[in-house]
Amino acid sequence: MNVTLIDYGAGNVTSVERALARLGVRSQRSRSPECIGRAEALLLPGVGHYAALIRALDERALRAPLLDALQRGIPFLGVCLGLQALYETSEEAPELRGLHLLPGAVRSLPATAKLPHMGWNQLQLTRPSRLLEGVSAEAYFYFAHSFAATNVNSEAVALCNHGADFAAVIEKQNIFAVQFHPEKSGEPGAQLLQNFLRLAA
Amino acid sequence: MSLAHRIIPCLDTDGARVVKGVNFVGLRDAGDPVALATRYNTEGADELVVLDIAASRDRRPTFLETIRRVAAELAIPLTAGGGIRTLDDARSVIRAGADKVTVNTAAVARPALISELSREFGAQAVVLAIDAKRVDDHWDVMVRGGRDSANRDALVWAQQGVELGAGEILLTSVDRDGTQLGFDTPLTSAVSRAVSVPVIASGGAKLPEHFAQIFSEGAADAALAASIFHDNVQSIRELKQYLSARNIEVRLPC
Repeated sequence: MNVTLIDYGAGNVTSVERALARLGVRSQRSRSPECIGRAEALLLPGVGHYAALIRALDERALRAPLLDALQRGIPFLGVCLGLQALYETSEEAPELRGLHLLPGAVRSLPATAKLPHMGWNQLQLTRPSRLLEGVSAEAYFYFAHSFAATNVNSEAVALCNHGADFAAVIEKQNIFAVQFHPEKSGEPGAQLLQNFLRLAA
Repeated sequence: MSLAHRIIPCLDTDGARVVKGVNFVGLRDAGDPVALATRYNTEGADELVVLDIAASRDRRPTFLETIRRVAAELAIPLTAGGGIRTLDDARSVIRAGADKVTVNTAAVARPALISELSREFGAQAVVLAIDAKRVDDHWDVMVRGGRDSANRDALVWAQQGVELGAGEILLTSVDRDGTQLGFDTPLTSAVSRAVSVPVIASGGAKLPEHFAQIFSEGAADAALAASIFHDNVQSIRELKQYLSARNIEVRLPC
């Protein structure tokens, strides 16, 4: 299987590419609507500002082929901003429209905790997860973000807490997303990516 | 369930080779940053910092190649720094595979650099490195490798840096660096309480107690050390077991 990494220009594409390479998986970067339309599996990495991701999707005309691919059941994994992009909007750039595959807005984590939420944290499983199969319940994952999906909905299979509960792992049919960085989360991260690849195959 | 305290080994390089901490044990090529990075990755390091302490223009391509080679092996976050003066410098380091960049002297000289980096890469990728030295009743910011005073209050600078967009502070005590007397608890605690972002304490670590103290009394979010890890004075695995036994939340390696 070949994974298409959506390279919108500001993401952590290289890290994800290397993590996949360590698992022996071929991936290709793409920023063309045609390639995204033909992808067997899609991965949307992302760090930085929400606006940079959403603007790039629209400026490069990637929104429509991406939504179309998801509709056709193409397996998708969103990482960090790639999870946040699935919601309607984000407080980080309220004027922009998200992909709206999930309801609600992404919000800032409460300032009662140190922000960014940066470092290794554990998850709280809310229902059985396909992505976390074989991953210890005690496992730590690497997070680096200030905004999060705090309006936790039924698609969240695992939560994390930093000042507030937020969605850490999303699974909705062929749509998967994680708020942490599996490509930077050591063994558990590699296992999660491996699980996604298996589900996508 | 809460955020784990991070243990961060730091590799000081001349661009290509690790230059500080000379008595490396158990490595075929002791000064090879990739060999050390791989070892720390396995031992349970939470992150790795690689600094170019020479930071000369002509050695830059070598340093970028080092970052590329280290990043290819690493499944944990990588921070790179030393000599980052412009947005382009930072961009090339991040393209080479670093997740975060540290800025120090150049940011003191031109604070807008912090905002430029933060806008481009996000606050989570911008680490403001502050070298602080006690002077009378406060701490002065030191620049150029801790040699010259910038005549600026470290607490005020840390707060300004965060306002400008730094997502983390790497705080080195010039007084404690190299002494192995323990981290500077009053300094770290003061900065950590003054800012809203995570603080990495650095300088002076030797014993496990030093780490326990900086996390509890010093309110540090992470602790960085170099030679004690390189020289096998302290193993990361045992350090984490020590901390965990004292109810300090850490990510234990498998």
